[in-house]
Amino acid sequence: MKGVAEFDLAMRSADARRGWRARRFDLAALPWLRPFIESRWPLFVTRSLALAGLVFTILAGLLGPRVGSHNFAIILVWIAWWTALKLVFIPLGGRSWCSVCPLPMPGEWLQQGNLLGGLQKPHGLGLRWPKKLRGAWLQSGAFLLIGLFSAVTLTDGRVTAWVLLALILASVGLSLVFERRAFCRYVCPIGGFTGPYARFAPVEVRVKSSSVCAAHSEKTCYQACPWGQYPLAMRDSAQCGLCMECLRACPSDNIALSLRPFGSDLGAAHQPRGLDEAFLALVMLGSALAFSAVFTGPWGWLKSAAYQVGSLPWLGYSAGFLALNLLLLPGLFAAAAWLHRRLSGSPAQLGKIFAQQAQALYPLGLFTWMAFTVSFAFPKFYLVAEMLADPLGLGWELPGLAALDFGWLQQVGPGLQAAILLAGLAISLRLARQLAQASVTNRSPVLAALPVSLFCVVYTGWVLWMLVG
Amino acid sequence: MTKTSLHAVLPWLVLALLAALVLLLPLPVAAAAPRARRFRIEASQFAYSPAVLRVNPGDQVTIELAPQDVVHGLSIDSYPVDLQADPGQVASLTFTADRPGVFKLRCSVTCGNMHPFMTGKLQVGPPTLLWRSLGLALVALAAALLPRFK
Repeated sequence: MKGVAEFDLAMRSADARRGWRARRFDLAALPWLRPFIESRWPLFVTRSLALAGLVFTILAGLLGPRVGSHNFAIILVWIAWWTALKLVFIPLGGRSWCSVCPLPMPGEWLQQGNLLGGLQKPHGLGLRWPKKLRGAWLQSGAFLLIGLFSAVTLTDGRVTAWVLLALILASVGLSLVFERRAFCRYVCPIGGFTGPYARFAPVEVRVKSSSVCAAHSEKTCYQACPWGQYPLAMRDSAQCGLCMECLRACPSDNIALSLRPFGSDLGAAHQPRGLDEAFLALVMLGSALAFSAVFTGPWGWLKSAAYQVGSLPWLGYSAGFLALNLLLLPGLFAAAAWLHRRLSGSPAQLGKIFAQQAQALYPLGLFTWMAFTVSFAFPKFYLVAEMLADPLGLGWELPGLAALDFGWLQQVGPGLQAAILLAGLAISLRLARQLAQASVTNRSPVLAALPVSLFCVVYTGWVLWMLVG
Repeated sequence: MTKTSLHAVLPWLVLALLAALVLLLPLPVAAAAPRARRFRIEASQFAYSPAVLRVNPGDQVTIELAPQDVVHGLSIDSYPVDLQADPGQVASLTFTADRPGVFKLRCSVTCGNMHPFMTGKLQVGPPTLLWRSLGLALVALAAALLPRFK
């Protein structure tokens, strides 16, 4: 359970957000929607269908054609689902995908000992996740690992199937050893991707009144939350899987599922931020850059190097990929944070400033991934139509699907990518200014904002050159 | 309009004007006279060589596709170009580069696992979208750093 100090901080922070409800719209208050949110059935049915789809995808990956562009698993996972995740689920729903994700279902069922009852009498060892492994470090590592093998994973149905199986097995194992959704919180690379960007999304689960929570000693919401979140203490939506168990468990109807302005969790300079979160934000930026170069750039030697796992060129690619993510971008951002410290006159330690200022990178990262997705997936949508017309590779031609024309997507693609990137940059620049404004005392916020802002502009220029140049 | 509100609004008006100029003004690049261009493109898994073709608007472009290892194809986004050839053969096609911009070359025949990502680039005239986008990025930087009036 959260400590008293953290509880007090949460109370103050919740009270400090006076008037927040004026800019929120509680979806759970809609009479026609409320039953769907309160009932576990809609999510259960959706997740069960997704699980069936996942099993089919794994089988198709293992048994289907070796050539990726003809394999159901590749098309479904890396074009259809990946596009939906980045262009719809995350920017509009935060961790909404996590609420229907089938990967942790088998482990969760085993842990709960039932399909629909929630966390009543958990099975397994129920250990707490080790303190040393908390934070986003493992997820950053998992994402880097995927980056190293991305060319093979994204093009070989068998590898994709084995990766999915490994994720399921890992989630089952961790569910039986550790409490709650340890896999989703600390290990899942997809969670590592969606969590940070959920801070930008226009959806949140929060308490309506902090005083109601203060008077409620049982904290049933915390007991029920598979993510181990205490709604009153939630500083942002990064670790909220939108499962709505807290709303079902609250005896006082004190939980709201609200629509809110985009980016509501970002820009608060006073809230503590971890270096792990900052590092993950930089890994996301570096990976987007590397993926853009490998998958959409004209450099054939780079594609071959990334694909030939274990070869000397691949070792070179790996070294470059890791240097970009572990040295170059963190080094440049550390320089920006150092300059910010000098120009703002802030007495805070460099590490703390590094973590605080990294908040400005979230919109840039999310929008860069969106632009990359447009470049990566839009020209391949015809493959989705072909796959739907012949999902089992049996030579079917289901009417009207294979003949769909997606040529127009190629024409609007470059302009759309540039617009998305510039929108992300504009939001990040605004955040950098906001953070600088909050951190200076007698110095100019314009100068203090300049280093991180220039980092964002240079990064955007780099991505623009790769995607539309 | 009061003096204070004019002071507050003026920089934004200037930036809006600047953004409009960046978007609409023609780039200061001298137009070259159209001429015939010929490119022999060698294709191998999963690269074109050369991978980047730069031509001027109006050029008559002839592309010769020469696969080196397996059968390859070549299509160009937004252009009616689609070539396919077996190894050892050459397929060619001539077209007028009448659409300015930067367009992807893509392999149009499944040639291996990385086939969907076998790409190149046709640049017709200057990369206008890139330059305009970079200009807008600088305008966004200026907007973010503007003094705030309370």
